[in-house]
Amino acid sequence: MGANLDHLIKPLIANNPVTLQILGICSALAVTTSLSTALVMSAALTGVLVLSSATISVIRHHIPNVIRLIVQIVVIASLVVVIDELLQAFAFEISRKLSIFVGLIVTNCLVLGRAEAFAMRNPVWPSVLDGLGNGLGYSLVLIIVGTVRELFGTGALLGYTVLTPAAEGGWFEPFGLMQLAPSGFFVIALLIWAIRSLRVEQVDTPEFAMKRSEVTR
Amino acid sequence: MTELLIASIFHQNLALTSFLGICTFLAVSERFETAFGLGLAIIVVQSVTVPINSLIFNGFLLDGAWTWLGLPDVDLSFLKLIAFIGTIAAVVQILEMCLDRYVPVLYRALGIFLPLITVNCAVLGGSLFMVERQYGFAESVVYGFGSGAGWALAIVAFAAIRERLKYSNIPAGLQGLGAAFLVTGLMSLGFTAFARVGL
Repeated sequence: MGANLDHLIKPLIANNPVTLQILGICSALAVTTSLSTALVMSAALTGVLVLSSATISVIRHHIPNVIRLIVQIVVIASLVVVIDELLQAFAFEISRKLSIFVGLIVTNCLVLGRAEAFAMRNPVWPSVLDGLGNGLGYSLVLIIVGTVRELFGTGALLGYTVLTPAAEGGWFEPFGLMQLAPSGFFVIALLIWAIRSLRVEQVDTPEFAMKRSEVTR
Repeated sequence: MTELLIASIFHQNLALTSFLGICTFLAVSERFETAFGLGLAIIVVQSVTVPINSLIFNGFLLDGAWTWLGLPDVDLSFLKLIAFIGTIAAVVQILEMCLDRYVPVLYRALGIFLPLITVNCAVLGGSLFMVERQYGFAESVVYGFGSGAGWALAIVAFAAIRERLKYSNIPAGLQGLGAAFLVTGLMSLGFTAFARVGL
C-alpha cells in the first residue's frame, strides 16, 4: 500500500508535473485568468488522465509496440471528445470560455506522457492512482495560479467580490496585467521559485556556475 | 489579409499569447540551431495542415456538409478532434518521407523534430482556432503560415536569449526553468505590445 500511496502523493509537490517535469503547461497558463475556468479545466484533465491511464493499462499487453503512440492518442482523443461534449451539454458558458483548450487535452503532453511512461508498464490500480496523483498535482498549480490571477486582476474570486475595487467605492486597485497573458508566465515562475527555495533538491544545476569572487589584498 | 498575417505572427502569437506548444518551446530551446530547425519544421507543417484541415472540416464535418448526398441532417463536427489529429499525423509522416527522398539535407536537419510535431499543441491549436474563428480557405492559408512563422520567431528569439542566460548569475531557485518562464513572460509582454500596431 505504501508504494501505491506514493504514486498518489509524490506528484503533488515533490514531483509536480507542471513545475518540475514541464508537462502540460500550455493549458495550465491559458485557462487560469479566472478560478472557475481553472477548476473546470482541472476536473476535465484529471478525469481524462485517470480514465486514459486505466484504459491503456488494461489493454497494455495487447498493444503492438510499433503503433502504441497511435493507440494511446486514439484512446485519449475519444475520452476528450466525450468530456468536451459533456461540458457543452451541461456547462455551456464555461465551455465557451475554455474555447479550444478542452480539445487540446488531446495533445497535452501530461496525459500522453503518463500513458507512455507509467500506464504502459504498470497494472491498473497503480496506474489509476498515478493518473489521479498527476491530475491533482496539475490541478493544484492551476488553482493557485487561477486564484492569484483572478483575485489580484479583478478583486473577485469565483465571481464574488472579495477586495472591493476602487471603481465601486472600495480601496483595491485591480492589477490589470494579471488578466493578460504575460502574468501567467510570471506567476508560474514565482511559484517555481517558491517551491525550489523550500525544496532545494529540485534546483537545476547551472551549466556554467559563477565562480565566487575572491578578494585579493 | 495583411492584418490577419501580422496579427497571427505578433499579438496573437500562438506560443506567447495563447500558450500553445509551450512544453516544446521550453524543452527544445536550449540551443539556437535546434530551435531554428524546429521553427522551420513548424512553419512547414502549420502551412500545410491548417488549409487541409479547413478543407476537411468544411467539406465533410460541418453541419449540412453531406446535403449533396441527401443527408442534410448529418453533423459530424464532434469528430473534428480525431480527424485533425489524424490529418496532422499523416501530413507529418508524408512530409518526413518526401523530405527524406527529395531534400535529404533538410531531412537530416529536421529529422528528430518532425515526429515530435504531431503532439505539439500549437499545430492542433492552429487548426482548432481556424474552426472557432470560422476562417475561409484563403484565410486559413494565411493564418497557417502566419501562426507557424510567429511560433518559429518566438522560439528562435527565446533560444538566443537562453544561450546568453546560461552565463548569468541567477538566484538558485530561479535557475533554469524559473528564469525561462520569466523571460518568456517578458517576451510575451513585448509581443502583446504589437496589438496597437495597425497596417
